[in-house]
Amino acid sequence: MSRIDRRFVQLKAAGRTGLIPFVTAGDPSPAHAVALMHALVDAGADVIELGVPFSDPMADGPVIQHASERAIEKGVGLADVLGWVAQFRQRDADTPIVLMGYLNPIEIHGYARFAAEAVQAGVDGVLVVDCPLEESAVLQPLRDAGLQQILLAAPTTAPARMVQLCGSARGFLYYVSFAGITGAARLSTGDIAARVADIRAKSKAPVAVGFGVRDAQSAKAIAGFADAVVIGSALVERLAGADDVDDITARASAFLAPIRAALDAH
Amino acid sequence: MSKITDFSVYPDEHGRFGAYGGSYVAETLMAPLAELTEAYLRLRQDPEFIAELDRDLKYYVGRPSPVYYAERLSRHVGGARVLLKREDLNHTGAHKINNTIGQALVAKRMGKPRIIAETGAGQHGVASATVAARFGLKCVVYMGAVDIERQKINVYRMKLLGAEVVPVTSGSKTLKDALNEAMRDWVTNVADTFYIIGTVAGPHPYPLMVRDFNAIVGREARQQVQEQFGRLPDVLTACVGGGSNAIGLFHAFLNDAGVRIVGAEAAGEGIATGHHAASLAAGRPGVLHGNRTYVLCDDNGQITETHSVSAGLDYPGVGPEHAFLKDAGRAEYVGVTDDEALEAFHLLARTEGILAALESSHAVAQAIKLAREYPRDGLVLCNLSGRGDKDVHTIAAREGVQV
Repeated sequence: MSRIDRRFVQLKAAGRTGLIPFVTAGDPSPAHAVALMHALVDAGADVIELGVPFSDPMADGPVIQHASERAIEKGVGLADVLGWVAQFRQRDADTPIVLMGYLNPIEIHGYARFAAEAVQAGVDGVLVVDCPLEESAVLQPLRDAGLQQILLAAPTTAPARMVQLCGSARGFLYYVSFAGITGAARLSTGDIAARVADIRAKSKAPVAVGFGVRDAQSAKAIAGFADAVVIGSALVERLAGADDVDDITARASAFLAPIRAALDAH
Repeated sequence: MSKITDFSVYPDEHGRFGAYGGSYVAETLMAPLAELTEAYLRLRQDPEFIAELDRDLKYYVGRPSPVYYAERLSRHVGGARVLLKREDLNHTGAHKINNTIGQALVAKRMGKPRIIAETGAGQHGVASATVAARFGLKCVVYMGAVDIERQKINVYRMKLLGAEVVPVTSGSKTLKDALNEAMRDWVTNVADTFYIIGTVAGPHPYPLMVRDFNAIVGREARQQVQEQFGRLPDVLTACVGGGSNAIGLFHAFLNDAGVRIVGAEAAGEGIATGHHAASLAAGRPGVLHGNRTYVLCDDNGQITETHSVSAGLDYPGVGPEHAFLKDAGRAEYVGVTDDEALEAFHLLARTEGILAALESSHAVAQAIKLAREYPRDGLVLCNLSGRGDKDVHTIAAREGVQV
């Protein structure tokens, strides 16, 4: 059983909603990237989504684009990200890591080479934002190497396609809670609840809900009907500008702690 | 790759031109793209739609545009005859309107009251604002802050036409960043919004649709050259940024095996300097803006900043059909530097009384090089894709002239 699958089994057994924070790898500080990952786990993260910086993140909002730009400016590349995962794994063998990013860095790195290095480093899943199911043949070497391809589903996804996505989902299915970019501020809980209920009925994989989750209150609203909650832009925004390790870890835990508490109180 | 003889069958139903093209977009865009593909594939065979488009191309755009034999330029060069396809004479002064009028008609048929567009040189923005006014649609244009500075006249022109121009300050603040921003707007407002992409890039069906709407350039030219000279041209050339005017000229000739095809990319300060925008001549296959194509990127896969004196060619990707034609050996892609383009601009101005756009000046420079390779009775057909009025300030500034 994969690390991701095992984690969701544990969550289900404990009756808890998973917390999946997203950070852009190397932001706010490449030197403290690994410390930040441990801090996220200490603050209650069940899975870590690590953004691989890309120069043209079309599906992300300005917050994550700027985080990407800052990391790229500091020279962060795919090899650094894999190195940090390997370092993280020396102290944490259990927390699943999902790399989230765009296809071009992987394509240029080489699919087979990336697959081997990612598995070696201890990566569990890969969410390639601009690689929908229809184009996923290129990711076969990743799947063959044992990486789980995390798929996105959206409010605009047609019913027949949703069945297809649910059937192909591995690890978890990431439901984008509205048709917009990451970090936008709109959320209709009732609508999301109904859609997620439908998806959970169709999908064997657990369903994580993200895009637009900002704080304890919005996370708690989703906890009632999702297997996990993804929090990205709001966290990245909170971390931006911090540069010493204590400040970074303090900000991460101050941000995540109330969310963790709200999810557990549910 | 085995020898391809019929280029008209591309792309396939997934929008693939051989290894290139496709739909590399986030899940949120899959439904809008499917809706657009369905609508467009229906409309492109709808006689009423085609008739409506043809009417506007004739009476509003002013088509057909002439093929003009640039006799004094040719004599000056001392080689083959250079023929100019005068897309600069279209309404709004460039080929861009062929596409925007087509897409605005699609938007209208799909019941979308708001159109958005990205623009580099501003030509596509102006062409979008123009058709939005023509069809009573709301129009928002995304433009890089650097390009806004370079193309003030076009920015004001868009505003005069009733469009809202949104400056984009992320990344390199040029065309690719404007494209990212427009894509975000579309994802967020897809219910009432139609995204008019200005070039033959982006996810399926855009490379197909934009090519179809521009292909009239080559269809007309193929007939006009035969009427005037009794045969097909020996060689075609056009400038290639995203590649819409080039594919527009090339497409009708792709199955004419005897017609050589040369695309002129922006070599900026020279390909060896790294300051250029020659994706095909100096890039590698990758994925950008929804399609697999040649891109300019570093070893980490980060898209690199490009340079060209012409904002319209300043793009690190290129339409997937060009990538396909390059690999298939059907078209050659070569670099033309800023200086060569400027020189061609002046030469054309003085020998023929035509101010070409800086983008198109790259094609003119390449046409001059090609003319020297062919005998006097040879025919070099060059797409003069836009007029140069918008560039007068850039040229003056570059040459230290106060206007």
